[in-house]
This record gives sequence, structure tokens and C-alpha cells, in this order.
Amino acid sequence: MLKTGSFTPAWRHDAVAKVTGSAKYTDDLVFPNMVHAVPVYADYVHAKINAIDTSEAEKLPGVIRVITAKDVIGKIYWGQINRDYAMLAAEKIRYHGDVCALVVAETRDAAVLAAQKVKIDVIELPPILAVEKALEDPTNLVHEANKTNLVNHHKIRRGDVTRGFANADFILEHKFTTQFIEHGYLEPETAVCVPRYDGVMEVYGSMQHPFSTRRFVAAILGAKLSDVEVLAVPMGGGFGGKDDTAAIVCARTALAARLINRPVKMTYDREWSIRESYKRHPYIVYYKMGVTKEAKINAVQCKIYADAGAYTSVTPWVTWRSTVQCCGPYEVANVYCDTYGVYTNNVFTGAMRGFGSPQINFMVEQLVEMAAEKLGISAIEFRKRNLVKQGSITITEQKLDQHVVSSREVLEKVITAIDYETKIKNCSHGKCADGNDELYGIGIANSYRGMSLGAEGIDFCAAIINGQFDGSILLEVGMHENGQGAESAMILILAEQLGVKKERIRYRRSSTSQIADSGTTVASRATLMGGGAVTIAASNLKQHMAELLAAELGCKPEAVKFQNDNLYGNDGKVLTWEQAVHKLFLKQAYPYAFGVFQAPRVSWDEETGSGNAYFTWVYACQAVELTVNRKTGKVKILNVVAAHDVGKAINPAMLLGQFYGGITQGIGYALFEEVVMRDGKIITNNFNTYKIPRATDVPDITGIIVENHDPLSPSKAKGIGEPALELMAPAIANAIYNATGARHFSLPIKKAI
Amino acid sequence: MKIRVNNQDIELESEQAAKSLMQFLREDLGLTGVKNGCNIGACGVCTILVDNTPVRACKKLVQDVVGHELLTIEGMAQADGVLHPLQQAFIDAGAIQCGFCTPGMVLVAHAFLLKNSKPTREQIRKAIMGNLCRCTGYQQIVDAIEMASKFYQ
Repeated sequence: MLKTGSFTPAWRHDAVAKVTGSAKYTDDLVFPNMVHAVPVYADYVHAKINAIDTSEAEKLPGVIRVITAKDVIGKIYWGQINRDYAMLAAEKIRYHGDVCALVVAETRDAAVLAAQKVKIDVIELPPILAVEKALEDPTNLVHEANKTNLVNHHKIRRGDVTRGFANADFILEHKFTTQFIEHGYLEPETAVCVPRYDGVMEVYGSMQHPFSTRRFVAAILGAKLSDVEVLAVPMGGGFGGKDDTAAIVCARTALAARLINRPVKMTYDREWSIRESYKRHPYIVYYKMGVTKEAKINAVQCKIYADAGAYTSVTPWVTWRSTVQCCGPYEVANVYCDTYGVYTNNVFTGAMRGFGSPQINFMVEQLVEMAAEKLGISAIEFRKRNLVKQGSITITEQKLDQHVVSSREVLEKVITAIDYETKIKNCSHGKCADGNDELYGIGIANSYRGMSLGAEGIDFCAAIINGQFDGSILLEVGMHENGQGAESAMILILAEQLGVKKERIRYRRSSTSQIADSGTTVASRATLMGGGAVTIAASNLKQHMAELLAAELGCKPEAVKFQNDNLYGNDGKVLTWEQAVHKLFLKQAYPYAFGVFQAPRVSWDEETGSGNAYFTWVYACQAVELTVNRKTGKVKILNVVAAHDVGKAINPAMLLGQFYGGITQGIGYALFEEVVMRDGKIITNNFNTYKIPRATDVPDITGIIVENHDPLSPSKAKGIGEPALELMAPAIANAIYNATGARHFSLPIKKAI
Repeated sequence: MKIRVNNQDIELESEQAAKSLMQFLREDLGLTGVKNGCNIGACGVCTILVDNTPVRACKKLVQDVVGHELLTIEGMAQADGVLHPLQQAFIDAGAIQCGFCTPGMVLVAHAFLLKNSKPTREQIRKAIMGNLCRCTGYQQIVDAIEMASKFYQ
């Protein structure tokens, strides 16, 4: 089934609140007796802390307390994988964004003023800023206890690459590099923590992982998970960036609130946000591809270095995805891949939309075009000979036979929609007509992507349906509303499953004390996992209601139909939803159900790099038309067409919004976004120097929604958040090549000529 | 000293004059639809209208707007809650994701449509280029402004 990007009226349950300004984000919250905290940084990237003198700061008017690592009640060090992050710097400063102290004051202005008076005495250490050097030199370490700057090493050992290359007719070998990227969520980090009368610490904050936040808060407070309640608040964007840093900001705020026993708010300036928050990993990749004259990729050998910065964060997971997907959506019999996450004193790196795939796609999707050119065949033909298809075995020995493998379908849809075959003939290849400085090019890129966490982690999600006596329904799911419309998608899925109007359903404000820990809202997993939990909960509720009401409906429980706000039985017997709910209550039964979606089992062998990495996959293709000015090298994007197999479209307008937003971030990634650092210190620390795409940087985009319902997804839907971003950089690089004749091995492509 | 905010006269205390306009609107008047994204006038999420001209509230002091008429997102809908057609268009076009840029976007679009009620999509893109959005890729915001333009004709 195919739908194009024509207008479909959108719906989301929080739209009115957001368009009227009545939606309250964390920094908009005010509590009686609330005070303010701010972080204190030191202007070093690698140093041993001798002493922190807070006395002068504490004398300033309005200052309540200055907090350092020695005041931490529970654990100083925490982290999602390795507990190597000092939530308040203790013995060392490991990057420029380390927070050495917190100033708590009656007003934020007073706290900011006092922060400048905190004196931090250090012995500077030589900074470690380059990944390859960091690995070679075991004497200068970011974390001494580790005895190495290596964070992790993932491998793939498939087939025999030596023979694979020997049997290849030619070999392509290139080095690629990519840059640090800032998420650029418009709402900076913010948290409000309120010590409650019953001893619970209430946490409001801008984060996409309430359950992880709860663990960070509990750790710094030395509290039990049940003594911390993280409540959902509208959030101004995340894109993967509001996982660790956001949780740590909440943890520090909670510490301050506990120590002074008052509500505390900590809202970041943009400069602090960019200085401290983790970024997308820059990669250095040495990539070697062996190709036969039959246009088959016969062998791949690659060495991938990812700069983890000062802390582990989720580097092992990000680099694992890069490893699993290191050959792009292609069948390759012989693969030898080594991926290293490496500590440095740069800003730390972690989750960002795409999560290790945009870097890889930038390389692979250019290499396949280079191989095609060498063979004298079209890049499309080359792809078709190598793309995974139904029943293919991936490079990690996973058989793709549990869902529709639509790699070719998305490619063909994009080729047709953008008229690639005609336009590829019109590319300038560095030459344009006299008097015209604009070189024209079209470019394309393909990807596949393992959905959700895969073998990275435990992957399950809960939903609660709580039907009320008047027929209204409360729904709560363990996924978080990051702004993408997750809650609205959950409502739509429940309405369809129960056969009721969506207006009956209210999404209950999520709390970590109510819904079961369902993991983080990342990895494009909200619709897949949350929708799965909702579907299963709905199925449980229907079964429960049908069993109790079947007699009245004159049929067997399994014959009861839930449609049009009614329950239908035999012989025209029908109950309205209200009647059904009333009868249930009269039977002393609740229209209540809990549902859990447990992701199908995945597997991984770390030594051979093989296993069923992800339980399902998505397929995508994007193409772009652009011009390059041959004098200035300036790129203008003219047109974008994107096709994504999403399983099933739940909320088409919001789905297309994910296409457009992801592609736009991809354009920034390809052409101009870059966190620039000097000696480990970020220079591009606000939106005047860190440029993100503006409305004039992007054209109208055509989104093609491809729906092959996924049998392993209870709701049949998969996901779109990350696939939308991961393809634009190589599509643009290929288009620039077709326009100028110049290949680019480094991101961003600031000057295309 | 008086200013008019969302059709209401506000009498200012003398110490408020030197305050940042953004802080004054958010903290003193509780108009938290005025967002703080960068505090240097680079992102546009604090955009309000002063005499129907877009202004970055973070770049102004209260004294800069004494005697003027201010409109924040809270003043766009009717008193009974009925949305302005431009607000409804933002909803219908799917122009809202995280919503953090939305107040500023709606206001900058409102000011633009008051001046140009038959814009091209290119003109709309130019009109909102000073306001950043990281979620939507702008397309559905452009759709919304285009859809709403007929109400300004």
C-alpha cells in the first residue's frame, strides 16, 4: 500500500495545549518555597582536583549552600553501562563540561553570580584528544583504574576475508571521518525536584528516560527506587540527547533538594547545555571493500574508531549498532570488522537519533556507488545485485524471513517518484553550460536498520488500561512523550484495538511509580514497543470483558466483536460500551487490563560477531536533488524524496513529520553542523555559532509511506524516528559527486568543490 | 509606566523597568508560552509581537516596550478558548511536535500574514527563517501558514 505526502489532517492530544502556550514545560513549573541551583565548571579538560573552596561563594547574598562531591549522600559515580561518570567531579576533571559544584540560592541570578566565586585548585594533566593516540599511549589515562583508554571492542568475523579479497576483481580502500554533532533540542536541560511530605523525591525534568533518571536520582541520594517518583512533563525535544545528561541534571537537583529540604529548580543556559551534554560520536573509519566483476561485494574489512569522550555513556551500544550494520543493507560473505570506543578528554558522546548508523551509511553508500562506477554499471543495478532480500542471511548470520524484506520496494518507489533514471543523465559531473555556475546532481542512498534495542539490552514494555464507570478510559504506557507524538499514537492504537472513539481515551500522565519500567524512549522503539504493549493490554481487556458478557450477548466469548463503540454478539444482540462497562461493575469486575510486550528473543556472540541482532528490521531509501555553485561551493538542496517501510502507519501526518524532521537533521549533518573544539573546549556553544538548518535550508520533501505489516509487532507498526535521519548524508554526498565529480570522505561537507 | 499585554493594561513597578522582557513576561506575568532557548536572540522561541512586529523578548528590557502593545501566544485565542484560525491550522497541518518553538512560530507567522496574506511557500520560509525548529523540518509549519493565509485575506 502506498500513500504519498498529500495533506492528511493531523491529530495529537496535546496540540491545543502546545499551540496556546498553556503546556507547562519543566522550567515553567513553580513550587512554593522553591529555590534555584546552577552548575559550576572549571576551565580545564584534564586535571587533578586538589581542593574546591566554596567559602567566598557562600558568603554572597541569597546563597543557601554550595554543594560538592563530598556532600553526595549516595553514589558519586553512576552510568547506564559503566559507572564511570562522576555526577559531581570528585578527584579529577575529565572534560570541559565536568560539574565541580552546585550553587543553590534564593534566585537564579544570585546563584549564577556566586558560581563565579567558587575556586577550584587543580594540577593540570596533558589532555588526551585524539582517539588513535589515546589507544597507543597507556601512560596517560582518562580513567586510571581502567589501565587503558579503550571503552569497548566489537568484532565481526565472518567467512574468510583474505580469500574474499583475493577473489575480488578490485578493492576500494578509503578513510572516512565524521564530526561531533549537537542534538540541538530547543529546550535546554532542566529539572525541578520536590521533597514530598512522605519522603518521596518528586522529579520533574526534560528527559526521555524517566526510569533511568530514577536510577540516577536514587543512586545520588542513596534512596530506593520506590522513594523517587519521576513524573512526565512536556519536553522540548530530545533526539537521543536527553538520556544521560538529563538524568544527571535531575540527580544533582534532587541532591540539592534533599540537602536543603526545599524544592529546587535547575535550568541550564544554552552555553552550559552545549558544554556539558553528550554529542553524536565522531568516527574515524578505515574501510576496505572487495568487489567482483559480477558486481558482488565479496569482502569487507573495516576498522572503526569512535570517540567516546570522557565517559562511557552508551558508547558500547552505539558502536555495536555500527558493527552490526557495518556493510549497509547488503549481503557480504566475508567480513572482518573491529570497532573501538575510546576515552578521550573531549566532550562525551552517547545516544543521538541514528545511533551509530549515520556514520556508517555515509561511507557504505558512497562506496557502492564508487564500485558501480568502476564496473561501468549503474549504481542502482549494483545495489540490486547486493541488497538483502527475502530470506537473506545478514553479515551477523541472521536470516531475514520473519517480516517482509522491502529493500528493493523502497528503492524502486523512490526511483520512480523522483524520476532518477532520467535525472541521473542530466547531472553536471563538474561541467555546466557557459554562463551557468550551478552544477546539478541527484543522489540516492539505501539503508536497513535493526529495530528497537536488539541485543543491546532487555527489551519489554508495559501498558495499563483503566476503564472508568462512565465509559471513559485511562491509558498509561511505559514510553515517554518526547514531542514526537508517542502518546497520541498509543491512544490511536488503543481506540482501534478496542473499537472505540479516541475521544474516550485520556492518556494518564506517566509516573515511574505507576507504570512498570519499560526502558528508554530511544531506538525508534516507542510505537513498536509501546504500541505492542497497548495492543496486548487491549487484547487482555477484550478477553476479560467478553468472558463476562458473552452470555448476555448470546455468543461464545471469542465471538464478541468490539466495534463502533459497541460490543456485538449473536442475533443482533448489542451492548454499547457504556452498558458493557456498567454490567462489568455490577459483576464486581473492572474494565482494567495490564499488557506487556516482550520483544522476541535476540542473540549475540561477542567473539564472532554473530547472532539474531534485532527481532525485526526496517528498510528505507532517500534521494536528493541539489545544485553546487562552482565558484562558491555552496550547496542548495532542491528536492528530497524518501520512502520508508514503517510496518503500519498509525498517525500519518505525525509520521510524515518524522520524515521531514529527520531528513532536515540529516541535511545539517551532511552540510554544515559541527561542534568545533579547540584543545577540548567547545567554541560553538550557542545557536549563533552552532548552526542548525533553517526553513530556507530545506525544500519541500515528498514522503512515501510503505506499509508491510510486521507479524512480530502486535500493532503491526515498526518505527521511523531514526531511519528518517540516517540516509541524507550519503544521498547528498552522492549527489554532490554527480554534480561536481568530487568525492567527500569527511563530514560536514562545508565546501562541496 | 504602562504596557499593554494581550489586551490588558499592566501598571509597572519601577524596579521592573530594567528587567529582561523575557523574564518579566515569564516570571512576573506567568506567561510561560514565552520560551527561553538561547537567551541571545538566536533561536526565536521567545518571540512575541510588539505592535504586531516580532521581537525577541530575551533581547529587550521591559523599559524598551513601555507604552506599546504586546501580544504573546496566550493572547492569540479568544477569551472563551476558541483558537485563532492560525493556531487551528498549526494543529491540522501537523506542525506541532515538541511544541517548544510553536509559540514563537505562530506569532512570527501571524505578524507575517498580517502584512502578506497571499504568500508563496518561498516567502513563508523566508518569514520564519529566524525561528529555529529541530523537530518538524519546517514543512508542516509552512503548510499551516499557507492554509491559514486565507483567513487574513
